[in-house]
Amino acid sequence: MATKAASPNVANVTAGHRTSSRTIALMIIGLALILVAPFLIYPVFVMKVLCFALFAAAFNLLLGYVGLLSFGHAAFFGGAAYITAHAIKQWGYPPELAILLGTGFAAVMGVVFGYVAIKRQGIYFAMITMALAQMFYFFCLQAPFTGGEDGIQGVPRGKLFGFIDLSNSLNMYYFVAAVFIIGFLFIWRVVHSPFGSILKAIRENEQRAVSLGYRVNRYKLGAFVISAALAGLAGSVKAIVFQLASLTDVGFQMSGEVVLMTLLGGIGTLMGPVVGAVLVVSLENYLATSSLPVPVVIGSIFVICVLLFRRGIVGEFNAWMDRKRG
Amino acid sequence: MVTVFGISLPALMGQLLIGLINGSFYAMLSLGLAVIFGMLRVINFAHGAQYMLGAFFAWFLLRYAGIGFWPALVLAPLGVALVGVVIEKVLLSRIYNLDHLYGLLLTFGLALVIEGLFRHWYGTSGQPYSIPSTFQGAFNLGFMILPKYRAFVIVASVIVCLTTWLLIEKTKFGAYLRAATENPTLVQAFGVNVPRLLTLTYAIGAGLAGLAGVLAAPVYQVSPLMGQNIVIIVFAVVVIGGMGSIMGAVVTGYVLGLVEGLTKVFYPEASSTVIFVIMVLVLLVRPAGLFGKE
Repeated sequence: MATKAASPNVANVTAGHRTSSRTIALMIIGLALILVAPFLIYPVFVMKVLCFALFAAAFNLLLGYVGLLSFGHAAFFGGAAYITAHAIKQWGYPPELAILLGTGFAAVMGVVFGYVAIKRQGIYFAMITMALAQMFYFFCLQAPFTGGEDGIQGVPRGKLFGFIDLSNSLNMYYFVAAVFIIGFLFIWRVVHSPFGSILKAIRENEQRAVSLGYRVNRYKLGAFVISAALAGLAGSVKAIVFQLASLTDVGFQMSGEVVLMTLLGGIGTLMGPVVGAVLVVSLENYLATSSLPVPVVIGSIFVICVLLFRRGIVGEFNAWMDRKRG
Repeated sequence: MVTVFGISLPALMGQLLIGLINGSFYAMLSLGLAVIFGMLRVINFAHGAQYMLGAFFAWFLLRYAGIGFWPALVLAPLGVALVGVVIEKVLLSRIYNLDHLYGLLLTFGLALVIEGLFRHWYGTSGQPYSIPSTFQGAFNLGFMILPKYRAFVIVASVIVCLTTWLLIEKTKFGAYLRAATENPTLVQAFGVNVPRLLTLTYAIGAGLAGLAGVLAAPVYQVSPLMGQNIVIIVFAVVVIGGMGSIMGAVVTGYVLGLVEGLTKVFYPEASSTVIFVIMVLVLLVRPAGLFGKE
């Protein structure tokens, strides 16, 4: 988010550089957790968490590091899911190629959506992305290949690279984990690259970035496309895990959900979206068996986060660590 | 039978009428959004939920108190405006000094809560609300049949939009409002109670949405999801019109409703996406919107 909201995050980012040993320690712990998780928790649940964590991390690249709130990221997530599911089920593509196709499709969509949306800033950007995603939703509702209300069901998982059988749940799990780790490290690399620094400069003061000679719109579009492609990667993998691509994946509630994960975990922090995804997916799993209406709970968390908890869990944790250090 | 481009005239007029009705609601809702945004700099995502509340309040009044359409046309919007006062006082007033995006996130959460509750209580199927007895039946205009109630909705929405426009452009209250939009600190220094002005503005915007909801109740069914679908379309309308001008929002609303109706006649597959396509085209040619100043 723009200047006022994001300024605490700047401290986080610089603090991140100073305490890189802590970051590395946390990453090793995280990696270990991911590796042992399927033996402790139901693997499909962890896979769902990982897909959404990658989705939220991709979204956060845009909101947290460029200050652009996209309210239409479901279009990339769900669009890629449809393409991947269709490519496997109807064309008999192997999973790796179908995922590549889905991700590529999301990237192309990102170019188109991004080109239109970056013509306006702030609130307008959010409304435009939302409207574009809604347009895509109606397209998916009517297009013959998406299967309308039913979606594309029973997508075979197939054999990765021709020899790794993904119908085995552990094989599937470690593939998803690998995709997540690669995606996450890629985002980490982007954020800490010169390109990422320019993105943060745009977030902090767009006019100044322009006056320094940066073609701001190119950087914004670049970030948008990367974010869309990674969201698509998450959607493609999700379609294989659940063997399903449906309208839920492209609906605006899905766009809202990824905003919530990022907000709850901490906008502009690398770990925030991951923590947010763990919490929101767990919460939804829990609510599915209770009689509480899910949107009411999700909406209430939104309101509470905006009013009291804008830095998110990881943001608050970082601030607390910094205070403790003095 | 008279035909236009191979479409029979009554069918064409029928779709145009539906378009104009939809346009009336787009106009009233984008008007409310523009009024709220102009003053509070908040994009009110809960606008759809407030529209739905208006329809439900009218239905409650009829079902539990036997109060009919005409009193409901006043009482239900007042009820929604009151809800708006509470929302503004308790929630929105705390985030004015933050980035405007937080306003969108807060009202998005609010919309989820309100619509989720009504969905939980009343399911997704709609409740019927009958047309008031005064407007049963239809006018036969020779080239088309015009149901009386639909004619009333169009006239009523034009009156509502004009009244709101006059209120903001021609009255003292409107002058305060416009001045406070330009420079709230200065207006406060002149002794105008700006926080109260903000509350009032939000209440008016919410009330407008509620009024549109009551008018919509006999046309569409009273359903918890009725606002969810319309609010994103209204966002697109607002982007197309540009939020700078109240008149712009209203005119764009009507015109886009008609365009949508025409699309239904000539290329029905695109009728649900045509407004978004127009939004893209407008953004490519005139990023500030048709009536926007930048």
